[in-house]
Amino acid sequence: MADTATATAVDHHDDHGHSESFWSKYIFSTDHKIIGFQYLFTGMAMGLIGGFFSYVFRMHLAFPGSEVPFFGIVSPAAYNSLVTNHGTIMIFWVAMPVLIAALGNFLIPLMIGCDDMVFPRINRLSYQIFLISAIVLIASFFVPQGGFGGAWTAYPPLSSEAEYNGTPFGAPMWLIAVTLEIVAFLLGGINFITTVMNARAKGMKLYDIPMVVWMIVIASILFMASVGPLVAGAVMLLFDQTLGTGFFDPAAGGDPVLWQHLFWFFGHPEVYVVLLPAMGVVIEIICTFARKKLFGYKMILYSSVGLGILSFFVWAHHQFISGVDPRATYLFTTTTLLISIPVALMLFAMIGTLWGGSIRFTTAMLFALSFIAEFLIGGVTGIWLGSSGTDIYLHDTYFVLAHFHYTFVPIAIIGTFSALYYWFPKMFGRKLNEFWGKIHFWGTIIPFNGIFLPLFILGAAGQHRRIAGYTAYPDLYTENFQDLRVFATGSLIVLILFQIPFFVNFIVSLKRGQKAGPNPWNANTLEWVAPSPPPHGNFGDDLPQVYRGPYEFSVEGREEDYWPQNEPDPGPSETSK
Amino acid sequence: MGHKIIATGRSATGIPTGRLAVWWVIASEIVIFGGLIATYLLNRFLHGSWAESAAYTNTFIGGANTFWLLTSSYFVVLAHSAAEKRDAKTARKYLWYTIGLGGMFMGFKSYEYATEISHGFTLFTSNFWSFYYTATGLHGFHVLCGMVIMAIIAENDIKKERNWHRVENIGLYWHFVDIVWIFLFPLLYIAK
Amino acid sequence: MLEYFLPRASSFAGSIDHLFDLITYLVMFWFLLTMAFFFYVVFRFRAKAGQKAQYVTGEKHKEKMAVEIPHYLILVCDLVILIYTFKVWHEVKIDMPEFDEEVRVISQQWAWTFEHAGADGILDTDDDIVTINELVLKKDTQYKYELQALDVMHSFSIPVFRLKQDSIPGRNIYGHFKPILEGEWDIQCAEMCGYGHGFMPARVKILPADEYDAWIAANTPADAANTAYANNDESELKEASNNG
Repeated sequence: MADTATATAVDHHDDHGHSESFWSKYIFSTDHKIIGFQYLFTGMAMGLIGGFFSYVFRMHLAFPGSEVPFFGIVSPAAYNSLVTNHGTIMIFWVAMPVLIAALGNFLIPLMIGCDDMVFPRINRLSYQIFLISAIVLIASFFVPQGGFGGAWTAYPPLSSEAEYNGTPFGAPMWLIAVTLEIVAFLLGGINFITTVMNARAKGMKLYDIPMVVWMIVIASILFMASVGPLVAGAVMLLFDQTLGTGFFDPAAGGDPVLWQHLFWFFGHPEVYVVLLPAMGVVIEIICTFARKKLFGYKMILYSSVGLGILSFFVWAHHQFISGVDPRATYLFTTTTLLISIPVALMLFAMIGTLWGGSIRFTTAMLFALSFIAEFLIGGVTGIWLGSSGTDIYLHDTYFVLAHFHYTFVPIAIIGTFSALYYWFPKMFGRKLNEFWGKIHFWGTIIPFNGIFLPLFILGAAGQHRRIAGYTAYPDLYTENFQDLRVFATGSLIVLILFQIPFFVNFIVSLKRGQKAGPNPWNANTLEWVAPSPPPHGNFGDDLPQVYRGPYEFSVEGREEDYWPQNEPDPGPSETSK
Repeated sequence: MGHKIIATGRSATGIPTGRLAVWWVIASEIVIFGGLIATYLLNRFLHGSWAESAAYTNTFIGGANTFWLLTSSYFVVLAHSAAEKRDAKTARKYLWYTIGLGGMFMGFKSYEYATEISHGFTLFTSNFWSFYYTATGLHGFHVLCGMVIMAIIAENDIKKERNWHRVENIGLYWHFVDIVWIFLFPLLYIAK
Repeated sequence: MLEYFLPRASSFAGSIDHLFDLITYLVMFWFLLTMAFFFYVVFRFRAKAGQKAQYVTGEKHKEKMAVEIPHYLILVCDLVILIYTFKVWHEVKIDMPEFDEEVRVISQQWAWTFEHAGADGILDTDDDIVTINELVLKKDTQYKYELQALDVMHSFSIPVFRLKQDSIPGRNIYGHFKPILEGEWDIQCAEMCGYGHGFMPARVKILPADEYDAWIAANTPADAANTAYANNDESELKEASNNG
C-alpha cells in the first residue's frame, strides 16, 4: 500500500528516537512504559502527600493540642480534611494508579509479548486526565475554607450542602477530582482489556497468560461494572452541591441513604479492584523465588472471578447500622462471610505454591511473603465486622480502621514494594541494592504492625474513627489508651523514616546499581525476554512466540530449573505435552 | 528507532480491536445509566409525587423524538452497509441523514425544555424535574457527542476513503444511545 | 473480651460480647494454625544447595482436596458464626420488647438533645424533661428510643451499651435498650458530621430508681415553654477545642 511509507514516517515522529525533546519523550509519550512510569511516579508523589497527612493527624492524636512540626496546630476542620483526603488519596491516587495503571501499563504489553498497548493515544489521554484530577484534588486544599472534610465516603447531606460541611469550594472540587479519576481509569481499562484480548503473542492461550495480567484484567472489569452507579450518583451530588437540586436532600423529598448504596455498590468491589493486582504481583514473585509452578492456576483464576461476582452482593455490610431495613443484614452478613472462602482459597494456594519449593529470600520475596501474612490478619479481622451482631459495636471504630489498613497496606504498600524490587531491573536495567532493601523491608514491616495492632485494642475499647477531640471524652482519654496512641504514632514515624533508605536506594541504584541482564531472576514470563530496560517496541523486530504456561519451574528432567515461555520445545520426543 | 507499532493491528480474538473498545465504552455507560434508572425507579416507587409530576411531561414530543432516533438508527445501519461496500458517497449521505435526525431530536428537545421552563418546571421545581433534566440532559449530551463524532468520521475518514470500520463503531454507539432513550421514554413520558 | 475494656451496661451487651468471644476463638484457631503452617513451610523449604524444587501443578484431585477440605471446615465455622450472629442481631435490632420508658434522641451539628418522657412516661407532654448532652436513665428499665437528626447524618453510639445507630434527617428510627448498671459513661457520635464531629461528647447517667425519681422531681419544668432545642452554639465547639 502506498500509505505504508507515510504511516511509518508519521510513526517515526511519534516514536522515541534519540533526537526527541524531553517533552515528547517523557511527558507526551504514547509508549506504554513511559505512561506506566508517569503513573508510578505520580502515584508515589501522591503517596508522599497522603503519608504526610497521616503523620500530621497521628501526631495530633498522640499529642493533642500541641503544635505538629512542619504543620502547626491541627484545627478540627483541618483534622477532618486531613483524614478525608488521606483516605481519598491513598485509594484513588496511590493504590489504583500504582497497582493497576502503572503495573498494568508497564507489564501487560511486555508480559503478553507485544510492543505496546492497542490504543497508545487513549492511554496517554487516560494519564493526562488522571494528572488533571490529581491537580484538582491538590488545588482543593488551598481554596477558601479549605479542602473537603466529610470523610472519603462523602455521605450527604453533609457533603451536599456547604451550609453543613463548610467547604463551598473544597467539596465540589473533591467530587470533580474523584469523578475525573474514575473517567481516567475507565479509559485505561479499555486498553487493558482490549490489549489482553487481542494483542497476545502468537501461541499464548488463555491459560498461558501470567496471573498478574489476569488479575489486572479482572480488576478492570470489576471497576467498570461497579463504578457506573457512583458516576451517576456523583453527577447528582454535584448538582446538589453547585446548582441546589435536592436529590439527596430529605427536605426536598430526596433520600440521603441512596448515596450510600450507590457509593458502597462501588466501594466494596473497589477493595477487590486493588486487591487482585496485588495478589497477582505476589503470585508472580513467589513462583519465581520458590522455583515452583503455581499451585492450582485455574483454581486461583476461578476463585478471583467468583470473588469478583460475590463482591457485588456484599455492599450493605458497610451500612448495617445506617438505617437500612435491619432484615436486609441477614442476606448481607451471609454473603460477607461467604466471601472469606475465595480469598482464603487464593491465600492457601499461595502457601501451597511454597510447599516443596526452594525459597530464595530476596527483598521482593520477603515483601511478597509478608503480604500473605499481613493480609491474612486483615482478612480474618473482617469476620468480626462482617458479622452484623458484633458490627453494631465495632462499626466505625478504630477496629474497622485497623482492619482495613491491614488489607490496604499489604495491597498498596507491601504489594507495590515487592513489585518494585522485582521489576526494577526490568524497568531501569539495574538491580536495587539488596542489603538496603532488607533494611527497608524490616523497617517497614515491624513498625507497620506497631501502628495498627494498638489500634485494634483502641477500637475494641470503643474509640470511634475521625474523632479529632477525644480528650473531651473521659472514657477515652485515659493514660493507658494514650500510651497506645503514642506508640502507634511513634511506629508511624519510624516507618516513615525507614522509607528514606528506600528512596536513596532507588535513586542511587538508577545510576549505580548492579547491572541486570534481560533475565536477572531466571523467570519464565515474556517480559524477561526483552532487554532491560526494554527499548521502544520492547522486543525488537521479532516478537516472542509462546510455547507453554508461565510457571514451568523445576520441570523434572530439565537441567535448568526454569523454562521460559518463549523457548521452543526441544523436539517432539521430549515435549511435556 | 523507527519501530512500527504492531500491537494495534493484532487480533487474537478475531474481533477488531476498535469494536471491542466501543463495546467496553458501551458496557461502562450501561452501568452509569443503569445506576441512574435504578435511582429513578427507587424514587418513583417510594414517592407518589413523582407520578404526579410525570403527568406534565410532553408525550407527543417524547414520541416524536423516539421516532427521530429510531429512524436515525436505521440510516446508520444503511451507512454501515454502504461502508462495507466501500461506497463513500452513499455512506456519507446516510451518515449525514443520521446527523440530521439527531439534529431534529435536539431541536425538539430544546423546544420541549423551553416550554417546560416557561411553564415553571425547572431543574429546581421538584426532585422529579431535577431527575428529568439530569437524565435527559445526560442523554442529550451523548446524542450531541455522537453527532459530532459522526460528522468527523463522515468528513475526515469516509471522504478520504479510509478507516471504514469507524462507521460500524459509531453505529454501535448510536444504537446504544437509542436504547437508553428506549428506556427513558416510557419511564419519563408514558408512565403517568 | 470486650468487658475487659468497658463494662456491660445494657441487657444485650453480654450477647454481643459472647458473639465477639465466639468469633475470636474460631478465628484465632484458624489464624494461628495457618500462620504456624505458613512459617513452617517458609522455613522448611528454604533454598538449600543442590536441592531442586518439586514440580507440583495443584491440578490433581488429591492436591485440590488438600486445599479444599480446610475450606469446608471454614464454611462450617462460618455457619456457626452466622447462626449466632442472626440471634444477636434479632435481639438487638429487630425484636422490639415491651417498653416502660421512652426517650427521644435528637442529633444535630454538634450536640445531642435528649427528651425524657418525664413523670407521666409519655413524650410530648408538658412534663417532658429536655437535656443537652446528658442522657439520664433509670436502671433495669426497658427503654424505647426514638432517634432523629436535624441537619446531617449522625450516629448515636453508647459503647458501654454496645449500641450504635445512625440517625438520618427526615426519618424517625426506633430502637431499644435496657440499662443494667449504675454509672456514668460516654456517648459518642460515630458518623462524620462536620467540623465539630469530634466535639459532641455527651454522657449517659444511669441512676437507681429512687435517685431517678428524685432527678425527675427536681427537673420537671414548671411551664411547658421550656422545650427549646439546643442552640447551634459555636462557642461550645471552641471551648471543646481549647480543651483538646
